[in-house]
Amino acid sequence: MFHRESGFFKTTYAADAALYPLPIAKWTVAALALLFVVIIPLTVHEYYLSILNLIFIAIVGALGLNILVGYTGQISIGHAAFMSVGAYTAANLAVKLGLPFWITLPAGGLMAAAIGVIVGMPSLRIKGLYLAIATLAGQLIIEWTINRVPAISGGAQASIEVDRPSLFGFSFNTQGSLYFFLLFFAVLAIIATLNLARSRIGRAFVAVRDQDIAAEIIGINIYRYKLLAFAISSFYAGVCGVLYTYYFGIANYEQFQLIVSIDYLAMIIIGGLGSVLGSIFGAVFVTLLPIVIRIFMEDVGSLFFTTAEMANVISGLRLGVFGGLIIFFLIVEPEGLNRLWRNIRSYFRVWPFSY
Amino acid sequence: MTRFVRSWLGVAATTATLVFGGGQAFAQKELVFGLQCDRTGPTATVGVNLCPGYHDYIGLVNSKGGVEGFKIKVLEIDNEYKVPPAMEAHERFKKEGAVLEGLYGTPQTAALNKKLEEDKILGTSPGFGTASAADGKRFPYTFPIAASYWSQAGAAVAFAKERLGGNLKGKKIAYLFYDNPAGKEALPILEDLAKAEGFEMRTFAVPAPGVEMGAQILDITGRFKPDFVITHLFGRAPSVSMKELKGKGFPLSKVVAFVWGSAEADIIAAGGMGVAEGYNTIQFAGVGKDFPVLKDIEAMYKAQGKTPPKEMDSTVYYNRGVLIAALHVEAVRNAIKAKNGAAPTSEEVKNGMESIKGFTLGGLVPPMEITPADHEGGGWVQIWTVKGGKLTKTKDWFQGYRSVIQKHLDAESKKS
Repeated sequence: MFHRESGFFKTTYAADAALYPLPIAKWTVAALALLFVVIIPLTVHEYYLSILNLIFIAIVGALGLNILVGYTGQISIGHAAFMSVGAYTAANLAVKLGLPFWITLPAGGLMAAAIGVIVGMPSLRIKGLYLAIATLAGQLIIEWTINRVPAISGGAQASIEVDRPSLFGFSFNTQGSLYFFLLFFAVLAIIATLNLARSRIGRAFVAVRDQDIAAEIIGINIYRYKLLAFAISSFYAGVCGVLYTYYFGIANYEQFQLIVSIDYLAMIIIGGLGSVLGSIFGAVFVTLLPIVIRIFMEDVGSLFFTTAEMANVISGLRLGVFGGLIIFFLIVEPEGLNRLWRNIRSYFRVWPFSY
Repeated sequence: MTRFVRSWLGVAATTATLVFGGGQAFAQKELVFGLQCDRTGPTATVGVNLCPGYHDYIGLVNSKGGVEGFKIKVLEIDNEYKVPPAMEAHERFKKEGAVLEGLYGTPQTAALNKKLEEDKILGTSPGFGTASAADGKRFPYTFPIAASYWSQAGAAVAFAKERLGGNLKGKKIAYLFYDNPAGKEALPILEDLAKAEGFEMRTFAVPAPGVEMGAQILDITGRFKPDFVITHLFGRAPSVSMKELKGKGFPLSKVVAFVWGSAEADIIAAGGMGVAEGYNTIQFAGVGKDFPVLKDIEAMYKAQGKTPPKEMDSTVYYNRGVLIAALHVEAVRNAIKAKNGAAPTSEEVKNGMESIKGFTLGGLVPPMEITPADHEGGGWVQIWTVKGGKLTKTKDWFQGYRSVIQKHLDAESKKS
């Protein structure tokens, strides 16, 4: 339709790997930027911004996990533990040394990356389910360590309060200002991942995922790239943990337990493994769907039930509907929402001619 | 331009509101209460009984014409014991104009402390959150309104002392706890009291999820051989501890459990009331059905031609829900009275909460006094014991070692 693709010829490798496949993509990005930077913050109620904020944080974490699981094919169920490493690193630096967020945030990411490399070492020898169990062990060891070492956790409660992030004296202390703070990092993470995926490193990751022996034969150092995938993925997770810490104003190890790792795995599987857009779809889906179902049912349910009865019905039904929709979407399109989106797009691409 | 966009989006937002709901407080004489709950997460066993108690008390107040003429609308959100949904719930309550909210869960309370203060909406966290939240100066908008783990630790030692003949010198006490921050929180108080009272204390941590504690129990009954056992467990763990202790021949009458190890369901899961004979539990709300307010709720259901809900039989958690609702209503009542009948703001409700005193609801609520400095209300507890197939009251409202706990609270407030 209006997204015309004919007449553009790629004559170099550079053009083929370009960030914008078509000139019109620039306009799409500009329109999205206008929507998210100007229109939404000006017009939307703070409540909806708070939901978007949660989505932004989830996007960063989901992108990180997708680099490891989707692009490199290394299963990890220790993602939440890396978040807690980032969270506690940043919280300790912010409270004990009084450092600002633009130091603590990368520091949290780097610390998580370092721990991630250690937890990722078993990946050099094992794959698949075995690696999943090894990373599960990593998750439990990190949880235990944080819970048990007061120097890290800051006492029996294992929680450290931090001040809101501030820049040049401006404090990000409302949902509205935190929106820009989190949007910035979500966009940064998206752009970084897009660039990573189309670069030499990203392609090496994909080669390792598809067939690691073949990758080694064509000259990819799989040890190096597997560990690099763990490092980059954990860096994202660490940053995600730092963002949670600043968003809630507290680092608390109970926010990063095993169930959170599973949630993030669910996000990327629903969204689509090995794609940036899939991570975004997954983060949006998993964060938003329970809320939408609840708000919808509050309205419909109030026709049939009293408030007290409804509370019980909603909770149970919501879980059922949520689980049912996940199964439905995965049956319709096993490769996730991203593939579904691409199918819809390619249908309309040739519309009204089906071939 | 902006105005045009704004009005256009306003239309869209209104349509969305109509489609998706998000009911506004239209009625002039209506107040919105927010309630977070966990009906589907890891602590669902608590939530499914506690939250109906909350709704029923509010229903009772509404059926009698509301509080000072204001009807109450409760907005409940199930946070599944996860932190991000708790933040979403708080923002939703704020959008709907809630004057206060009931929090649910320790990490959720920790994550919302700061936000409550920034938005000036009070949140209650009975049995959750940190003990230091009792300090109203440090956490102005967080209200534990029930005995913290510190107060419970003091009460447990006081009870042990009473049971062991009034002197703890040279006695041995075991502390069996769930290995998480909440479980460890009581440690400083217990260590302090061990020094002051001269008893030997040893700790036994149970790792999550708390269903396997054979080794710890063997260590307690076989090696340490304590005179008294204090347990602080959650979820399925309390019933496992009862079964294991009983199985090793340790008398349950020498065990006292903190507040989350003391519901009827836990005791029944351990093999029934008969098996748990003698088991002592700490409670921050009255237990049983022998309260006028519960009779009123039953009467309300009968008047509507319905049978009272089965949740009422789980009196430990149901009554706690009633307690939370009653204190919320009292706070709002105080605020409305202070304003001569006008609708209060959330800040005025906070002042109302801080002037609660001498409100006991026929014995279901302790004789607490909430002040701007003390949001815990004094840390009152009761001890209930399994006797003859049901929970019976062994010790009426009391405060254990209040001066020691106050000393720790003061030290904590100096730290910040």
